[in-house]
Amino acid sequence: MLSVENLRSRYGRIEVLHGVDIEVRSGEIITVVGANGAGKTTLLRCISGVQPISGGGIVFRGETLQTVPAHRRVALGLSQSPEGRQIFTNLSVEENLRLGAYLFADERVETDMAEAFALFPILREKRNLAAGGLSGGQQQMLAIARALMARPACLLLDEPSMGLAPILVAQILDVVKDLKKRGLTVLLVEQNAYAALQVADRGYVMETGRITMSGPAEQLIADERIRTAYLGV
Amino acid sequence: MRLSSKHLTLLILAAIVLVAPLGFPSNFYYRIGSLIFVNGLAVTGLVILIGFAGQISLGHAGFAGIGAYACALAPQYLGLHPALAMLLGTALSAAIAWLIGRPILRLQGYYLAVATLGFGILVTMVLANEAPITGGPDGHDVPELGLRKLLETIGIDLSNAQFWYAFTGLFLLAGAWLALNLHDSPSGRALRALHDSEIAARTVGVDVARYKLSAFVLSAVYASLSGSLLALMNKFITPDAAGFLHSIELVTMTVLGGASSVPGAVAGAALLTLLPQVLTALQDYEHMILGLIMMLVMIFMPAGLVPSLSRLLRGRT
Repeated sequence: MLSVENLRSRYGRIEVLHGVDIEVRSGEIITVVGANGAGKTTLLRCISGVQPISGGGIVFRGETLQTVPAHRRVALGLSQSPEGRQIFTNLSVEENLRLGAYLFADERVETDMAEAFALFPILREKRNLAAGGLSGGQQQMLAIARALMARPACLLLDEPSMGLAPILVAQILDVVKDLKKRGLTVLLVEQNAYAALQVADRGYVMETGRITMSGPAEQLIADERIRTAYLGV
Repeated sequence: MRLSSKHLTLLILAAIVLVAPLGFPSNFYYRIGSLIFVNGLAVTGLVILIGFAGQISLGHAGFAGIGAYACALAPQYLGLHPALAMLLGTALSAAIAWLIGRPILRLQGYYLAVATLGFGILVTMVLANEAPITGGPDGHDVPELGLRKLLETIGIDLSNAQFWYAFTGLFLLAGAWLALNLHDSPSGRALRALHDSEIAARTVGVDVARYKLSAFVLSAVYASLSGSLLALMNKFITPDAAGFLHSIELVTMTVLGGASSVPGAVAGAALLTLLPQVLTALQDYEHMILGLIMMLVMIFMPAGLVPSLSRLLRGRT
């Protein structure tokens, strides 16, 4: 569904992705794990189009993405929940969700919103409040719900566990598993390798802008090197 | 609930416009009212640009100048009716805003402020230096709009001041109606979203560059119409209408009233138009008091007059 080939990207003169290859097949949960600064977020930003690339390519459902501007990639079925949540703090929860469905003006927006509320009931309670007043976990839920409103074929999740209590992390990853059951493809970028590998089908390990290891998630979880480097066991 | 608050705002505005004249002892008050409406129109445009989209402009009086001088010059050189000249000025402002907005809106924060500032100064300089055409710093006459005479023939007999009060009031109400509708429309949401986070707006599919440009052009149209109205009302215009001070004044009105609030735009315009009139009694201290009020509002009501006051009222009930 999504393949990233030899992707390079730089911030100014400093290259941070030195040729990354990733393959996401339809219906999979793929996770990219790695330490802070490994380039995971940059990778996602390249895929969603808010970060320019300097080499290589991205193909999504047969379409070459590098010439498609970010705001058009949403219509192709790629939807991102950005790092640090990036919700619209001055807008209400409901307005945030409606912006997620920015491309649509049909009745399905309402059913999608009802589904989002079913997924995260707390958002229904707070629908008329400014999103900036939500707790960190609620903001993360809102960011995911907003990304889902765009009716993605592939959901890009950037560090959904960031700054959240373990119980909330588990709750959010449960939702990710739930989404997979509905046929959604998910690319999950996480620093919390253990949690991410538990829900993922396959995983990639990223180190300083390169993929250093990849394979089925259970295999990675069992791997001795990964256990010592990322899982802290 | 949103819907009713929008209609309530419009109703209150319309009621104020209609009822205020009952207490007017002289034509002078109609004139002050018209000035408030004219400024309020330009400030409503800035609410869209600054309050909704979060882009600053320190050069919007430039567009007011273009609108004003279109009404002064197009009738003389092109033989256009002043009403058509007003439309021409609007189209010209929109076109210029579109042209300069494309490169300028890539800038952010103070860079954008300085670039728009430069644009405003450029317009003033052209108007002041091209004296053979524009009349230079001495200003230029503006022909009569003629609408009042037309109304007279169908039996509506208004004094000049009354006519301009009603005419500018209608423009302000129409402008406020448009801005209020925009606020809750998908486009308005997109503008407010990019104000919050451009990156997040892009990831939900908002074409950020296009929306910024649209807001810039729309606010330029508001400013241009406001300039045209001022010129036609005064039947005379000087380059000051396009000047830096006027730009600053418009932004101050916007922020003072509450940058993201349409009724705030009118309140800000009203306050800063009225106060100097009221304070003339205290002549020597006029500017001091004005400055003091502005500082106090910003310190104690950083969200602006109208949003702060309405929050206070809602909190009490």
